[in-house]
Amino acid sequence: MKAQKSLFSEIPKSPTIDKVGVEERVSRFQTRSIKGATKMKGLSMVLSMIDLTTLEGKDTPNKVRQMCYKAQHLHNFQEGLPTVAAVCVYPSMVSVAREALKDSTIKIASVSTAFPSGQAPFEVKKIDTQFAIDAGADEIDMVISRGKFLAGEYNFVFDEIAAIKEICGTKRLKVILETGELATLDQVRRASDIAIHAGADFIKTSTGKIQPAATMQVTYTMLMAIRDHFDRTGVMIGMKPAGGISTSKLALHNLVMVKEILGEAWLTNEWFRFGASSLANDVLMQYMKQVTGKYQSADYFTID
Amino acid sequence: MNILKTYKIYINGQFPRTESGRTYVVNDAEGNPIANVCQSSKKDIRNAVQAARKAFGSWSERSAFNRGQILYRIAEMLEGRKAQFLEELTQQGQSLETAKDEIQLCIDRIVYYAGWCDKYQQILSSVNPVNSSHFNFSMAEPTGVVGILAEQSTGLIGFVSQLMPVIAGGNSVVLIASEQLPLCAITFAEVLETSDLPAGVVNILTGSADEMLPTLAEHMDVNALFLSNVDAEMEKNTQLSAIDNLKRVIVKNDDWTKEDAQGISYISSFQEIKTTWHPIEQIGGATSSY
Repeated sequence: MKAQKSLFSEIPKSPTIDKVGVEERVSRFQTRSIKGATKMKGLSMVLSMIDLTTLEGKDTPNKVRQMCYKAQHLHNFQEGLPTVAAVCVYPSMVSVAREALKDSTIKIASVSTAFPSGQAPFEVKKIDTQFAIDAGADEIDMVISRGKFLAGEYNFVFDEIAAIKEICGTKRLKVILETGELATLDQVRRASDIAIHAGADFIKTSTGKIQPAATMQVTYTMLMAIRDHFDRTGVMIGMKPAGGISTSKLALHNLVMVKEILGEAWLTNEWFRFGASSLANDVLMQYMKQVTGKYQSADYFTID
Repeated sequence: MNILKTYKIYINGQFPRTESGRTYVVNDAEGNPIANVCQSSKKDIRNAVQAARKAFGSWSERSAFNRGQILYRIAEMLEGRKAQFLEELTQQGQSLETAKDEIQLCIDRIVYYAGWCDKYQQILSSVNPVNSSHFNFSMAEPTGVVGILAEQSTGLIGFVSQLMPVIAGGNSVVLIASEQLPLCAITFAEVLETSDLPAGVVNILTGSADEMLPTLAEHMDVNALFLSNVDAEMEKNTQLSAIDNLKRVIVKNDDWTKEDAQGISYISSFQEIKTTWHPIEQIGGATSSY
């Protein structure tokens, strides 16, 4: 405990965020026109970065199997399309996904730590995480305790993340800040810095259960935290905006932002992911529009 | 100074300018400019189809009686704005007399289709005799999103005669107005907007048919096309473009100013017949009584 505390004190003081400046900068990313071959490449990249997600109380084993099938067969639409990066499910569905994906290269991400609220005893969160890993999860998406964070108990939040990372071992840990509940960009930055120093491999915006979710302003703020950390230490941290990114256009704008803030090195699914459920279909429809020259209909794409 | 009005397009219950920013000038019969009109683009077609698709579900599920009420309301609102239509038709070269007749015929035709809204189902649907213990019935359902290329030779009666049977049947519409006589189409959009018609059920674009029709015909989310008095070449090209999603392409070569250029066949062209086989239980030896 003592060691962690001293580590916490080493976190540089988070800078304050100029909200007006962020909005101004972000609006510029949204005016880029991306067409033709660049658009095709971008769309294909977006597909390869998607964590295809189903996180509903009503998820059934068959729903998860169906999603896993979809994750592996996107290229059925067009030769040369990549698969998605991962599927993202509840811990109880990890074993189902593991069986459905078998030896596919698609990873399985499991949410944990009493997703989405995070309002459970610390011990339960640890069991939750261990359960997911034992069932075959490759990646863990944990939520931070926003209640503790907002009450100013940063040590608690830090320790929790560090403990979960310890359980994860070599499995990659994504830390969900749930920015929609953090109220200000200053708090988002603060939470990002804590997560990064506590051992997060990825920082992630949202659970998808709270609005607003992955706004570009929030993603921008988190990307800046990653960049500052990289400049200081040379260590790369991944980024995953999740929730609310349902159109290809918005996804491409996010890629533009990543490239300009972090650079090309982050433009792979090792360092950047989209958490989304309906985005994949829109990307496929836009891709087929580029291939055929014809506007597409949702009637010819999967329902989920 | 005479300031020309810029007529905007009608998408999803709003009046945006074309995404392309282009306009063209419409002249009166003597060649004097009377208005600026949007020259819509493929992306406007895309936006309009999106709006029509979104509106289709709830429009098609409304009670037939309520659709009739709304169509009747359209006729009422048109009645109240006769003067503006009269001015636009005469500006574009029609005599006062024929313009008056045209508007009157429009109002009558809208009321006519308003009446059909809750009646065509009984005529198009049927209960079918089958040789098994099934209750077998066929019923009409709207086709979906319908693209209409308006009759190019008239400013009002043509597109109204095409539009009304299509929406009476519960479809939603993307309509390309007459290129040279577009003013009434946009003014008619203002009538629709004040008639309780839900946003997106009718979307109206102005501009070049040659530019927009192929996009509409190829669009996978459009289920049928309604063309009026087009040449064989255009009909053939449209049929070919429409092939990918098996769109219905309906071409009518009517003189829409004729009183008999209306009827249930214009509604049934944009209906799909669904047949259902429903097993009949035979309880306690009783014979079928549905």
